[in-house]
Amino acid sequence: MNKRMFISAAAILLLAAAPFLFSLFYLNLLAEILILAIFALSLNVLVGYTGLVSLGHAAFFGIGAYASALLSKEWSPQFLVTMLASLLIAAIAAAIIGLFCVRVNGFYFLMLTLAFSQMIYSFVHQSTTLTGGSNGLSGLPSPVFGTLDLSHPVFLYYVILLVFIVMYIVLSLMVKSPFGHVLIGIRENEMRMKAIGYNTTLYKYAAFIIAGAIGGVSGALYSTFNGFVSPNDVYWTMSGSVLIMVLIGGAGTMIGPVLGAAFIVVLETIVSSYTTMWTLIIGGVFILFVVFIPQGIVGFGRALTKPSANRLSFSRKAKALVKKEANQ
Amino acid sequence: MRKEAEKDVILHVEGISKHFGGLQIIKHVSLTVKKGERIGIIGPNGAGKTTFFNLLTGDLLPTGGKIYYKGKEITRMPNFRRAQAGIVRTFQKNNLLNELTVLDNLLLVLQRKRGMANIWFKPRNARRWLALFEEAEHLLQTWGLADIANERVKTLSYGEQRQVEILLGIAMEPDVLLLDEPTAGMSQAETNYIAELLRQLPKDITMMVIEHDLDVVFGLAERMIVLYNGSIFIDGAPEEVRSDERVNEIYIGKEKAAGASYL
Repeated sequence: MNKRMFISAAAILLLAAAPFLFSLFYLNLLAEILILAIFALSLNVLVGYTGLVSLGHAAFFGIGAYASALLSKEWSPQFLVTMLASLLIAAIAAAIIGLFCVRVNGFYFLMLTLAFSQMIYSFVHQSTTLTGGSNGLSGLPSPVFGTLDLSHPVFLYYVILLVFIVMYIVLSLMVKSPFGHVLIGIRENEMRMKAIGYNTTLYKYAAFIIAGAIGGVSGALYSTFNGFVSPNDVYWTMSGSVLIMVLIGGAGTMIGPVLGAAFIVVLETIVSSYTTMWTLIIGGVFILFVVFIPQGIVGFGRALTKPSANRLSFSRKAKALVKKEANQ
Repeated sequence: MRKEAEKDVILHVEGISKHFGGLQIIKHVSLTVKKGERIGIIGPNGAGKTTFFNLLTGDLLPTGGKIYYKGKEITRMPNFRRAQAGIVRTFQKNNLLNELTVLDNLLLVLQRKRGMANIWFKPRNARRWLALFEEAEHLLQTWGLADIANERVKTLSYGEQRQVEILLGIAMEPDVLLLDEPTAGMSQAETNYIAELLRQLPKDITMMVIEHDLDVVFGLAERMIVLYNGSIFIDGAPEEVRSDERVNEIYIGKEKAAGASYL
C-alpha cells in the first residue's frame, strides 16, 4: 500500500514537473496521452469491468468534442462551462443510446454500439450547417478560466492534468465500491448476479452512462486542446483505437488503459516519423499482444512479479480498507 | 386464488404450461405450497423438473397459467425481483463467479441483502461493512467453508463448489428455496453432509428439492411430487410414493425390468 502511494505520488510529481523538463513538442504529446487515457479509462468501465465490449465509444468522444467546440464558438469559451455541458450532453446521449444497447449482450452489443456511433458519424459528416461537415470545426476560441486565458500550452497542460487526476480518482473509487463489485460480478457471470437479486440491466445502464459521460469529457478536452474537431474523431476507427489501448494496456485494471494510451500514442509518433504505413505496424503490435500477452501490459508485468497473486478478488482489499477505517 | 388466500399458503401455481415450439415441456401443472413445507420433486430425466423450477424463479416465462406468491400474482415478474422477494434457487450445474473467491461471491449476496449495493464510492460506513464481513465469516464457519474463503472458486473441488452454490442460496435468507439436485456429482460423504445441513435449515424456509438421490430426498421431504412427461403424476406423502407401484415403473422402469427395486 505504501509502495503504491509512493509510486502514485512520484508519478503525479513527475507529470506536474513535465513543463519544466520537456520541450513543447513532448509536452503536447503528454497532453494528448492524458486526454486519450481518460477516453480509454472511460471505455474500460464497460470493457474491463462490466464485460461489455463496445465498438462505438467514439460516439461519446465525438459528442463531447463537438458539443464543446460549438459551445465555445457560439456561446462561451469558459472552460468549466464547456466541460460540464459536454459531460452532460454526452451523458444524455449515452442514456438514450444505452437504453437500446444494454438490452443485448456480446456480439449484438458490439454491433449495436457500432451502428449508433456510425449514425452519429453520418450526422456530423453530412450536417454542414451545424458541424461543418467533412471539414469539421476549426478556429475554436482558446479556453478561458474565469479571466485567466488558457491559450498558453503550459496552462492548458495543467488543466488537462487536473481533469485526468480527478477522473482517475473518481473511477478508482467507483470500481472499488460495492457498485464496482456488482459490475465485476456482471462481467464474471450475469446469470448468477440475477439469481442473487441484482437488476443487472440497470447496473449495465448506469455503467454505460458513466462511460459515455467521461468519454464526452475526454472528447471536449481533445477539441479544446487541438483547437479544432473533425468527423474522424467520431469515426469507428477511433472506437477501434481506444479499444486497442484498453486491451494492450490491460482491461479491468485502472493503470492499464493509461499505459495503453501512452504506448499507442508514443508508438504512433515514433513509427509515423519513419513510415507512412504506421497503421500496419500498430496492427502488427496489437496482433502480437493478443496472441502472446492477452492480459496486456499490466497483466504481463504482474505475471513477471507475482504470478500467483489473486488480483480479481475485491473482498480482501475491501476488508483491509474497512478495518483500517474502523480503527481510526 | 381468493379462496385460497389463507395465511399459510406461500406459493400457488395455477395450471401453468410451457412449450418450446411444438414441444410441450410442462402441461397444465397446478400446485399449492404451504409455508415451511419441504417438498421433494422426483421424476425421470426430461420430466420437466428443472423447467418447472425455471418457471417459478422467472428464468423462463410460462406460455399459460398463473403463479401466485404470498397472495400476489408474479407470473411475469422478472427473475431478479423474485429473488429479492425471497424465491431463491440453486442451479443444477454450478453457476458461480468462478474467477472470484468464495468470500467475494458471498459478499455480493450480503451487500445486496443489507442494502449496500448502491454505494458508488469507497465504503463510508466502515462499521456497517465490518458487520457484513463478520456475517460472511460466520456463515462460512457454519458451513465449514472458512478455510477456503479466500480461494478462487474455480480452484475448488466440485463438491466444495456445490456447497458454495447452496451457501449462496442460504445467504439470501430465502422464504422459498428451490434446490436443483443439490447433491449431484458429490461423493457419498459430501452428500450426507449436505443432506444433514439442509435438514437443519430453519423450519420456516419453504423448500423444494429436485433430487435423484432418493435417500436424500426421502430423508428431507415430507411431501413428494412425481413429475412425469410435464404433469404431476403423484402428489402425496413419501410413504405413499415409495409404495406406489406405478412410480417404480416410470421412475426406474429399466432397473425394475432388470429385477431391482430402488424405492
